[in-house]
Amino acid sequence: MQKSMKRYFPIFVLPTLTAFTIAFLYPFIMGIYLSFTEFTTVKDASWVGISNYKKIFLDRNFINALVFTVKFTLVSVVTINTLGFLLAYVLTRGIKGTNLFRTVFFMPNLIGGIVLGYIWQLLLNGILAKFGVTLSFSAKYGFWGLVILMNWQLIGYMMIIYIAGLQNVPGELIEAARIDGATGSQILKRIMMPMVMPSFTICLFLTLTNSFKLFDQNLALTAGGPGRQTSMLALDIYNTFYGRVGWEGVGQAKATVFFLMVAVISLTQLTLTRRKEVEN
Amino acid sequence: MSRKGKNTEIQQMEVGKTTGAFLTAVLAVLSLTFLFPIVLVFMNSFKSKLFISDAPFQLPKAGTFVGLTNYVEGIRKTGLFPAFGRSLFITVASVAVIILFTSMTAWFIIRVKSAFTNVLYYVFVFAMIVPFQMVMFTMSKTANDLYLNSMYGLVLLYLGFGSGQAVFLFCGFVKAIPLEIEEAAMIDGCSPIQTYFHVVFPMLRPTAVTVAILNAMWIWNDYLLPSLILPQEKGTIPMVIQNLKGGYGSIDMGAMMAMLVLAIFPIIVFYLSCQKYIIKGVAAGAVKG
Repeated sequence: MQKSMKRYFPIFVLPTLTAFTIAFLYPFIMGIYLSFTEFTTVKDASWVGISNYKKIFLDRNFINALVFTVKFTLVSVVTINTLGFLLAYVLTRGIKGTNLFRTVFFMPNLIGGIVLGYIWQLLLNGILAKFGVTLSFSAKYGFWGLVILMNWQLIGYMMIIYIAGLQNVPGELIEAARIDGATGSQILKRIMMPMVMPSFTICLFLTLTNSFKLFDQNLALTAGGPGRQTSMLALDIYNTFYGRVGWEGVGQAKATVFFLMVAVISLTQLTLTRRKEVEN
Repeated sequence: MSRKGKNTEIQQMEVGKTTGAFLTAVLAVLSLTFLFPIVLVFMNSFKSKLFISDAPFQLPKAGTFVGLTNYVEGIRKTGLFPAFGRSLFITVASVAVIILFTSMTAWFIIRVKSAFTNVLYYVFVFAMIVPFQMVMFTMSKTANDLYLNSMYGLVLLYLGFGSGQAVFLFCGFVKAIPLEIEEAAMIDGCSPIQTYFHVVFPMLRPTAVTVAILNAMWIWNDYLLPSLILPQEKGTIPMVIQNLKGGYGSIDMGAMMAMLVLAIFPIIVFYLSCQKYIIKGVAAGAVKG
């Protein structure tokens, strides 16, 4: 079978591989190379070694974006997962209206980041107007605005994944624990939480990477304002590429550092939480 | 896969009647706060633009109500309907090619064991963790050089970007299919292509639905990639909404609200009509991912 299949490589693999090479593979390798060069149109690239990488760390916008992104990610990951798990827990208890609630809580996830940003701009500016300020008055407002938006968007998504995890906990296991005299909170902590670990792995991964890579919502809600104080890393990289002629190489170096950070953070998290998973 | 014991388990863990009623009430209030932002936008889309920023929480009344003016104005300014058509074409075509080609590739990778397919698998998996910004600039230059600055080019780029996750999900599923069925088909004289379309692809349907949902949600809402590839005047829905803000400060808030409503409306209708599949697809995608 393998032999006869091999001849069909051009049909089965080539279309995907061609698109993948054009959209990802070639640009990725090219991107690493260009991060060590100075260029404006790619074709005029000249090798400058690690000078772009040095410039990054002297760039106050980048450092500011890094700090802002890390803070934002920490807060969002904790709030989204706590609330998402809580909702999932309540919504697997067989209360009335469960399906309707699931439908409503998941809905914001289908609305795109740009649209979400403008919806929340209206709402938050409306509230802040009562205090005579706007979202762009201080970075603090932009920060919490983004946190609220992100929670609204992702809580329902994580809830769905936690529900799937909770429903996979075998009923017999809980029954056995109950017969042994375990209380509700003991069952939650000792049986359900460990059994739901795969869901935690996925939810942490998704919230972590989505928060760290946030772009559309950032662009629409605050556009980085005031100044560049609420620019997250993705937006800062975008602005370096498309807002500052002659800094394309630095933009590419920023992107490379960004990629390495995302890779290290997500792989570390995956290994750490995978280790805590138990066999079902 | 859900277990048989699922229902009994839920019953065992059911809360008492009073607690149940209390929780339902709490969740009902929470649902309303979840819906409020959308209701607010809808409400403001009927108000004169001058009253939106000043008093967003007031219902439209005699002095502020403008009927459909914002909608008419917004549609004229943005060309929303053509943008809707482009978004629809790009999403449907991209999802279709992603499902067709990546499932074929995944089958090949799993069934043809070689160093090459092994490397290929890991390269696809690797692509999943690379953020878009890493390839943003070089990809848009490459697309430019290859004359891919069109809706059709965009479909090809989405196939390229979507293939990592899709190949990964399909591979997970193909591994679980017993080889004997395919061998039997081949012995009966099916070519690999016939085997694939008559035997393998129908079995892959559950994963195909998952892949379709995850990719449709992503591509329909994507802003950055189309904005780098398509000309401004031929944008997708997220692009025309962002363009409404423009570069010159003041936004026509009335038109903005109306366009937000028109952007959300089809998604909600679509969601309500196939929420069962969407929620299942998201859960399945996560479990396999």
